[in-house]
Amino acid sequence: MTKLSVDEIAQIEQPLPGAPNNWKRFFSFSTDHKVIGIQYLVTSFFFFLVGGIFAMIIRGELITPEADLLDRAVYNAMFTMHGTVMLFLWTFPSLVGLSNYLVPLMIGAKDMAFPRLNAAAFWMVPVFGVILMASFLVPGGPSQSGWWAYPPVSLQNPTGNLINGQVLWMLAVAISGVSSIMGAVNFVTTIARMRAPGMTWFRMPVFVWTVFAAQIIQLFGLPALTAGAVMLLFDLTVGTSFFDPAKGGDPVLFQHFFWFYSHPAVYVIILPIFGIFSEIFPVYARKPLFGYKVVAISSLIITGLSGIVWVHHMFASGTPGWMRMVFMATTMLISVPTGIKVFAWVATIWGGKLRLNTPMLFALGGLVMFVFAGVTGIMLASVPFDIHVNNTYFVVGHFHYVIYGAVVMGMYAALYHWFPKMTGRMYSEGLGKLHFVLTFMGTNLNFFPMHPLGLQGMPRRVASYDPEFAFWNVVASLGAFLLGMSTLPFILNMIGSWVQGEAAPKNPWRAIGLEWLVSSPPTVENYEELPIVVAEPYGYGKTEPLVANPDRLEVAHESH
Amino acid sequence: MTLMNIRTTLNLGIIAIALALISLWMGQQAYSWFPPQASAEAVLVDQLFSFLVTLGTFIFLGVVGTLTYAVLFQQAGKYDFSDGPHIEGNVTLEIVWTAIPFVLVIWIAGYSYQIYDQMSILGPMEHVHGGMATAETAPPMESAAPISGQKPIEPIDVYARQWAWEFHYPQSAITSTELHLPNRQRIKLALHSEDVLHGFFVPAFRVKQDIIPGQIIEFEFTPIREGRYRLRDSQYSGTYFAAMQTDVVVESPEDYQQWQATVATQAPTAAYNRAFDEYQRAHNPISTGWKIVEPAPPPIVNAPSVQVSTP
Repeated sequence: MTKLSVDEIAQIEQPLPGAPNNWKRFFSFSTDHKVIGIQYLVTSFFFFLVGGIFAMIIRGELITPEADLLDRAVYNAMFTMHGTVMLFLWTFPSLVGLSNYLVPLMIGAKDMAFPRLNAAAFWMVPVFGVILMASFLVPGGPSQSGWWAYPPVSLQNPTGNLINGQVLWMLAVAISGVSSIMGAVNFVTTIARMRAPGMTWFRMPVFVWTVFAAQIIQLFGLPALTAGAVMLLFDLTVGTSFFDPAKGGDPVLFQHFFWFYSHPAVYVIILPIFGIFSEIFPVYARKPLFGYKVVAISSLIITGLSGIVWVHHMFASGTPGWMRMVFMATTMLISVPTGIKVFAWVATIWGGKLRLNTPMLFALGGLVMFVFAGVTGIMLASVPFDIHVNNTYFVVGHFHYVIYGAVVMGMYAALYHWFPKMTGRMYSEGLGKLHFVLTFMGTNLNFFPMHPLGLQGMPRRVASYDPEFAFWNVVASLGAFLLGMSTLPFILNMIGSWVQGEAAPKNPWRAIGLEWLVSSPPTVENYEELPIVVAEPYGYGKTEPLVANPDRLEVAHESH
Repeated sequence: MTLMNIRTTLNLGIIAIALALISLWMGQQAYSWFPPQASAEAVLVDQLFSFLVTLGTFIFLGVVGTLTYAVLFQQAGKYDFSDGPHIEGNVTLEIVWTAIPFVLVIWIAGYSYQIYDQMSILGPMEHVHGGMATAETAPPMESAAPISGQKPIEPIDVYARQWAWEFHYPQSAITSTELHLPNRQRIKLALHSEDVLHGFFVPAFRVKQDIIPGQIIEFEFTPIREGRYRLRDSQYSGTYFAAMQTDVVVESPEDYQQWQATVATQAPTAAYNRAFDEYQRAHNPISTGWKIVEPAPPPIVNAPSVQVSTP
């Protein structure tokens, strides 16, 4: 056993591609959480565009009542892949990316608890992304059973091949699940164990609370989905009969496995967005987050409730009346902790000194659309009404208001807000505002019409529809194309500003938070000396230091 | 100071009343967003929805109105870099806005339960009628009144398969591909699927039930308006899912009997089936050649539906 002196250890350098300011680090197996965060964000944004193209193809088909643009099978593949890509390759990884970038900085840690696990989890994303895209090339095309993959449709294998679109789909989803579990273990451990001195639970920014709450859901929920997916895979490949009614299986059981995770998954998505709102409103309203502790705790209450509401996706399925009633009640209860948050944000903004730059606009727009989605969500929880609109466009409209209206808008807000921190450059405010206007208009044009369509009785997932539905579908399609175009000023802004934007100072927004005390972008291990936290996170309106050692967080002489 | 308080309270009161009036108006509008009310259940569901729209409008406008006011009148001046007041919270306010949603939730859930109870549409595993009221007890409404105390008609068998609907009327031993129902009678259906999940959905009736292969699910409702309505598959069932639609015809009990008598004399013929037709013609210009599940042959029935151009 050789003994290494402390000096010798210090001389062992990071593997070279991980060196800061070397662009190649973004294409390497870097273990720096900031590099991994940006890797996640850029990769997932690429897939966001892919999923968006699928969406525009879908809306192209639906701009006329007849199935005339695409083969029906291709249409079905499109909406299956749209849902799958948007969830597993955009929403989840983009939020994991943002969390990856921010959590260690916000709690005053040098990195995540398990940096190698972190990198491994990221590199699974392009792997299953490629597998999923490759399913377009196998005979019979990609999966056409929707992102729920309900049996028996998902078990029908018309090609008779062992390797078919559905099998590749399940493989991709399984790898995604493994990657997410690895991420969840890492986040929960990091937040529980790696907080800086003085960073007590009730000094953590709400974003960290929400990431913690969300990742706990991954830990208890994903095993159920994975088990369901493995059984489905066995049914499809080796002829078991867990879910095949022709052989005595129970297709409704799969729905329970699926939604036991996939409903809480919605909270895995929306909770960090709540966190973003909670960070952004205080900064641009110059007021502390109203009722910080209650907002923080309500995240955990949502986590708890999220585990007992899944049957509301199955109110029209093989569920008895008593079960429908019980899950109606639990589902509606979610509105209590969620309402607390919404009111807290409104109270934070009220009486503040608002500055409406791009992140604030996106956050406000996102909040408005989230409230609308919350109202329709309560309606959907009501069983008799849900029986009518279940599996109609009303549901599609509702969850796109959540996922696009709140989540994508919140994500954009976060990307603009932390862009100077991540890149060391300022973005263009004008392009940002143009992007906001286009996105806000596009989202409402695209998704509002889905509500009247659903009330009128247009089922979701149809490639053709009765002519009476044409008007609102044309509006929705035009909105979708506008939404597609709205990404252009964003892409231009991000690339242009990263390449030649104005250099960003440490804290361009005069925001309170550990990440704003270090240079933009932060150095490889974030903090030279760990911060000693002495205050709660939202001290706007009073002059109180956040840390005891602000001048010793970084090496004094900044040489680049 | 007290004068200010009175003015604030007065202003808030006026705003709340205005919001309430707008919300009530929206709630009344909500009735017009639906297809025709062709069943007793539809009357109940529409009432519930109107109530939800009223509440929802009030909450939405309250929140968005507050935000709009702040955005319009509470912006920082261009060179004002000071902070707002340091307000960390307000316990009373927080208790109030936790309690109000809680009470609302109980109200909404209780009301929804009542409506569901009155609809009594059965569905899986609910074969016991433990004194449950049915749609007959719908609020005193002219059209629902004559239905009281009725027993459902003998169950009509509904067969769903990829991608066709077929109906068997055991009483007269006839079959059809469009569903004929007598008006103002409690209808009982027995839902069967021969392959995958399907969904029985008639928007004008506001009722829906997934059909699960290997199970027979009983389903009840009461049509109250004569006419021709659409019946759609509501649970995704594969390639030709969107084409799996047919008509429901609600007619007077006399016409219904008449129809059965006429149809009973007709020899079974193959009905038009959109999925089968498309598959055979493979007329789509852009064909990928992806192998798909073959549609079942068109049902052979006494009463094929009048061929309608389903897109």
